[in-house]
Order: sequence, then C-alpha cells, then structure tokens
Amino acid sequence: MNYVPGTASLIDDIDKKHLVLLRDGRTLIGFLRSIDQFANLVFHQTVERIHVGKKFGDIPRGIFIVRGENVVLLGEIDVEKPCDAVLQQVSIEEILEEQRLQQQTKQETEKVKLQVLKDRGLSIPKADNLDEY
Amino acid sequence: CFYSALFYSFFKSLVGKDVVVELKNDLSICGTLHSVDQYLNIKLTDISVTDPEKYPHMLSVKNCFIRGSVVRYVQLPADEVDTQLLQDAARKEAMQQKQ
Repeated sequence: MNYVPGTASLIDDIDKKHLVLLRDGRTLIGFLRSIDQFANLVFHQTVERIHVGKKFGDIPRGIFIVRGENVVLLGEIDVEKPCDAVLQQVSIEEILEEQRLQQQTKQETEKVKLQVLKDRGLSIPKADNLDEY
Repeated sequence: CFYSALFYSFFKSLVGKDVVVELKNDLSICGTLHSVDQYLNIKLTDISVTDPEKYPHMLSVKNCFIRGSVVRYVQLPADEVDTQLLQDAARKEAMQQKQ
C-alpha cells in the first residue's frame, strides 16, 4: 500500500467504523485507527459480533491488534444502510448458546462425512495455510 | 521479488468495471473495482453479496477492501478482456523469466 493514486490504500479508511472478517470466521466491528503494509490493523472500541441464523450478539472487546494474514475482508460500515430490519439482536448468553448448538450440529455432520469418506479410502486435506504473495 | 507486475497492470486497466470476487472461504462479492495494489489487494465499491442469507454481516457495508491472499477467483465479463493481448503479454513475461 503506497501513496500512488489509483492504488488500493487503507489510509482513507482510518478513524471510520469498519467490519473485519477474519480467517477463523469471526467478525469484529470497530474504529480503524492504524494500518501498515501487511494489512495489520489496530481497532478501537471493538465489538465481536456473532451471527447465528437471523440473530446476532455483540461482545465488547476494547482494543484489538489484528495480524494482516488473518484478514479476509475489511468493510466500511455505512451508517445509512439499515440492517435491523432483517437481523434481531439478542443477549450475549443467548447468542453464545445458539453458537454452541450450531457448532455441535456442524461437528456431527463433519464426523459422519469423514467416516463415509474413510470407508471409501478417501480423505480431504484441510486448506489451513494461505500462500504468501 | 515479485513474479509479475503483469496482473497488477491488468487489474489497473479494469478499474471502474463490475466484477465478482470469489474468496477462499467461499464468499462471493459483486462490486465495482475501485483500486488494486502490488499485492493484488482489491478495493470494491457498491458491493453486494451474491448469497446474502449465509453472510448477513455484510448488510451495512457498501465498500470493502479484500486482501489479495484470500482471493480464489476474480470473475470478469468476457467482453471487458482482450484475451489475445493478455495471452501475448503473459507469454512474453514467461519468456523473460526463463532467462
């Protein structure tokens, strides 16, 4: 990221409210305070938002430093675009419970899938590591 | 240290066009290409998620920055790309690299 016009830079996004999607599936929302060439980010007044179905819950997290390699996407939150029409905010306890149930069903289907593949002598390697540029 | 500035230049020529970016986490985002950098990080404006039910968190987001390392595909309309020119440029680049 440099100062040549027309190139993708995060310098104009500083001090604005952003949403960042992380590689582990988490969503963080906060004010972007600092950036660098690796897309390492410093977030202020961060909130971790958990989505399950149409419900969501926010957990306050304070200041976050995100290592660039974990960033999938960074989006500027447009305050004029409403999202409350579709989504329903619930308490932290409730959303954590919903998430736990969702993880449980996911693990069970994953287990069944792996067993079926194993019976046929197949296995799918996990794509955990991303390439460097 | 960089394999090619070729695709950086190629994407620069597509700024302003509508593209669909498919990420390695299977999320697909449609939007207008605003800018690109040497790492092939992409900035899109006026985005819409092609499968909004799976990813509700993007509802309030109009513009986004996508890290180059998480892109799987960038889908382009065929009439926006001169494939012959691109092929020739890639071939030339490959020849230069061999030396």
